[in-house]
Amino acid sequence: MNGVLPGRTVLTGSDMARALRRVAHEVLEANKGSSDLVLLGIPSRGVPLARRIAEAMAAVEGEQVPFGALDITMYRDDLRRQPVRQVEPTALPPGGIEGKVVVLVDDVLYSGRTVRAALDALADYGRPRSVRLAVLVDRGHRELPIRADYVGKNLPTASTERVSVRLSETDGIDEVRIAQGAGA
Amino acid sequence: MKHLLSIGDLSREDIVAILDTATSMHEVQHREVKKLPTLRGRTIINFFFEDSTRTRSSFELAGKWMSADTINLTGKGTSVSKGESLRDTVKTIDAMGVDMMVIRHMASGAPATIAGWTNCSIVNAGDGTHEHPSQALLDAYTMRARLGDLQGKHVALVGDLAHSRVLRSNLLCLRTLGATVTLVAPPTLMPSGIGPWSDVDGFATSYALDDVLPTVDAVMMLRVQRERMSGGYFPTAREYAITYGLTKARLAALPEHAVICHPGPMNRGLEISGDAADAAQSLVLEQVSAGVAVRMSILYHLLSGEAMSA
Repeated sequence: MNGVLPGRTVLTGSDMARALRRVAHEVLEANKGSSDLVLLGIPSRGVPLARRIAEAMAAVEGEQVPFGALDITMYRDDLRRQPVRQVEPTALPPGGIEGKVVVLVDDVLYSGRTVRAALDALADYGRPRSVRLAVLVDRGHRELPIRADYVGKNLPTASTERVSVRLSETDGIDEVRIAQGAGA
Repeated sequence: MKHLLSIGDLSREDIVAILDTATSMHEVQHREVKKLPTLRGRTIINFFFEDSTRTRSSFELAGKWMSADTINLTGKGTSVSKGESLRDTVKTIDAMGVDMMVIRHMASGAPATIAGWTNCSIVNAGDGTHEHPSQALLDAYTMRARLGDLQGKHVALVGDLAHSRVLRSNLLCLRTLGATVTLVAPPTLMPSGIGPWSDVDGFATSYALDDVLPTVDAVMMLRVQRERMSGGYFPTAREYAITYGLTKARLAALPEHAVICHPGPMNRGLEISGDAADAAQSLVLEQVSAGVAVRMSILYHLLSGEAMSA
């Protein structure tokens, strides 16, 4: 890759900002305000997304919505078959999650296995009143009975394609690209 | 990474990855539910031919908190005491289908030899006077938590170096992480061939603890083993305590930011005074607490991803 990334851009920075703002509004509407809400991002890219949604909510509601990070590495079901993954920190907001409405935030919803692991991880920290799922991109191909409650962009894909989310916090630019997989 | 036999097998990146994972595992230790499903269905045998309290119990806790099934065996009470050879014993256990053996043995090199006989992962939990890699990793973890990156930090290792497996592993680990190391011991307790060794691995040696102390960021006091007292290595315990012990007076000579480590068990009044062991700068209890987290990280790094090549 000499500077030029393969594939095409499906979400630009401003598309992404609009989608996240809409997701923030939808969550607030469904919850009738920001009371008891906790946003938990799944590392790595879910964490900055959770922060951005929390900021968008603060702009609407005028009060800070607690957000944090929930690492799910140790709860994955494919640890034996994948290279060793580095564990990221889990940081729950000071109020915890007991009795709260937890919104899990991730960049791409694909097989659903990450979300399954996140639900297991969450149960070890406490008992939220309810758990919702917000994702930036839903690319289909679920392997488990899991769906997102809030979706930034539905993106029909072939399983050979690669969806890559890049965020300014981690990659220096906001965009979502789709490309043919290495095998295609 | 399949086995953990020597710190010498690890790159700086490997060590940093293990220490970083341990930071996350340390958080699990303070949770109400101390259980991760990571190693569900895996079996770990802790095979200890030598006595141990903290190493064995922390390996056992580490395995249990990650949902592995752990069994403890000792040399006594197994067929070894009926005359079965070590090779037959470990091959028998391997045939039962275990995933990992954590081995402590009085013979240097035993875990490496066993690794050649079996298919499972082997962790060296201390072999003779050779190495004790998990101890070195937890010492580095504890020092790093208090001092930050160990690059350029000065660490003194003091005590019975000739018989210390902790020394060998710590020396390799600290040098790989970029720390400056000085070994301090009476001439009789310096390992033989220390001159050429220090040239190769790049560390300093000294017989004078008082000259070294004012410049250290961390000092690790190694245990003087009671059984060495009668070996003529030093005249009396009292003289050793005065010349090489971390006394109250020497505690005052330490820089304020410097920390004190001891891998335990401590001989209070011999290599370390009660004042030093209980000082605010002492990390002794932090070391024990970090022991479980670091061993969880070791289990994770050795047992995940193993089915990849298969």
